[in-house]
Amino acid sequence: MNKSLFTDPLVDNNPITRQVLGICSALAVTVKLEQALVMTLALTFVLTMSNIIVSMLRKYIPSSIRIIVQLTVISTLVTLIDKAIAAYMYDLSKELSVFIALIVTNCIVMGRADAFAMQNNVKDSLMDGLGNSFGYGVILILVAFFRELFGFGTFFGYVLIPEAYNNGLMLLAPGAFIILGLIIWAQRSLTAFVED
Amino acid sequence: MKNKYVFILSLTFICSLLLALFSEGLKSKTLFNKELDKKKNILETIGINVSAMPNDDILSSFNKNIAEITLDLNGNLAYNIKHNQLNVIENNITGELIYNYGNIDYLPAFISETMNAMIIPVSGKGLWSSLYGYFALDLTDFNSVKGITFYQHGETPGLGAEITKEWFKSNFIGKKIYKNDTLHSIKVTKAGGADKNSLYEVDGISGATITGRGVETLLKRDLSRYEVYFRKRK
Repeated sequence: MNKSLFTDPLVDNNPITRQVLGICSALAVTVKLEQALVMTLALTFVLTMSNIIVSMLRKYIPSSIRIIVQLTVISTLVTLIDKAIAAYMYDLSKELSVFIALIVTNCIVMGRADAFAMQNNVKDSLMDGLGNSFGYGVILILVAFFRELFGFGTFFGYVLIPEAYNNGLMLLAPGAFIILGLIIWAQRSLTAFVED
Repeated sequence: MKNKYVFILSLTFICSLLLALFSEGLKSKTLFNKELDKKKNILETIGINVSAMPNDDILSSFNKNIAEITLDLNGNLAYNIKHNQLNVIENNITGELIYNYGNIDYLPAFISETMNAMIIPVSGKGLWSSLYGYFALDLTDFNSVKGITFYQHGETPGLGAEITKEWFKSNFIGKKIYKNDTLHSIKVTKAGGADKNSLYEVDGISGATITGRGVETLLKRDLSRYEVYFRKRK
């Protein structure tokens, strides 16, 4: 098994900071760590399962309708996880439901299904799915950590900074853009990556 | 596979079957969650802390403290009509809920003798979505606010969704809805803009002015629907 399938997307080929995919949810659900964590778990389920299913079906999927097939698989999985969260974590689902549903349109999921799972075996697709999910999750949690810390002054709801020093900008979209931009900048200067 | 139509048809068939089974399997749990959540919210409006309670305690506390009543539009009690008999119709523009039974409109409410409160359901439009909640008044003067909660909404987490947070809800407690014997309701100002001494305004949410305005509008409208009953009891 190729280990780099799992490790590459964590840093060097991170779906958010390197490929700049999945930005939408990275901006939207990173106000609080708890939300970012559940979102990561939901995406891990959807991305890994869709990679596995698409990879299993890859020899039978007619290429002219492959996008529709992938979408059907992905939206089924998203609906399943949305329903499961509503049944078992009702309070959280009330806050997250709208974003969970939007996993359907997350470019990473569709991107991996079409670019990787359609050409590779189930085992590799599983690793690729997990790697990309964690790569996505790491950035999501990192952004959420800074936004929650500076926006609310809390860490998982536990108060660290008094309310008077909270920065409301961090809770709005520009806060996410700035943090995400800084992370991408930091990563690119550390790895000396240049866009060609 | 030779035929793409056969392929996509069978795939969608399997997917829908799976979803239907899953949805049906979780239905009772989801419905239970929703009902429980409403009861939790009703208890919260009258100041009972339910956050650490197990589900059974919430249900027994609800049964002990809360009684449902149904009013007709003249503010008289309609003893024979239970809440679960009422059809609920939402006005899609204002988010207002209309309750009817046999083509006659009624108003559902809850009374808590133990906590001396009357609880009414409130709803209306926020920025992205309809807000649904409960609002509790003092059962003796029908003027002082006991509490407010929202159990369903689709507002942005961290912004409009702050209406469900303690700091926002607690601002309402102790406010008055009548000013010189006319229904004034409660104003939601800009963030930090409320006069601390005023009995008629509360702080809004920074970055969610429109959600705040929605709360203000729905309170005024829904309170005026029940006003005929308040007048009778005052």
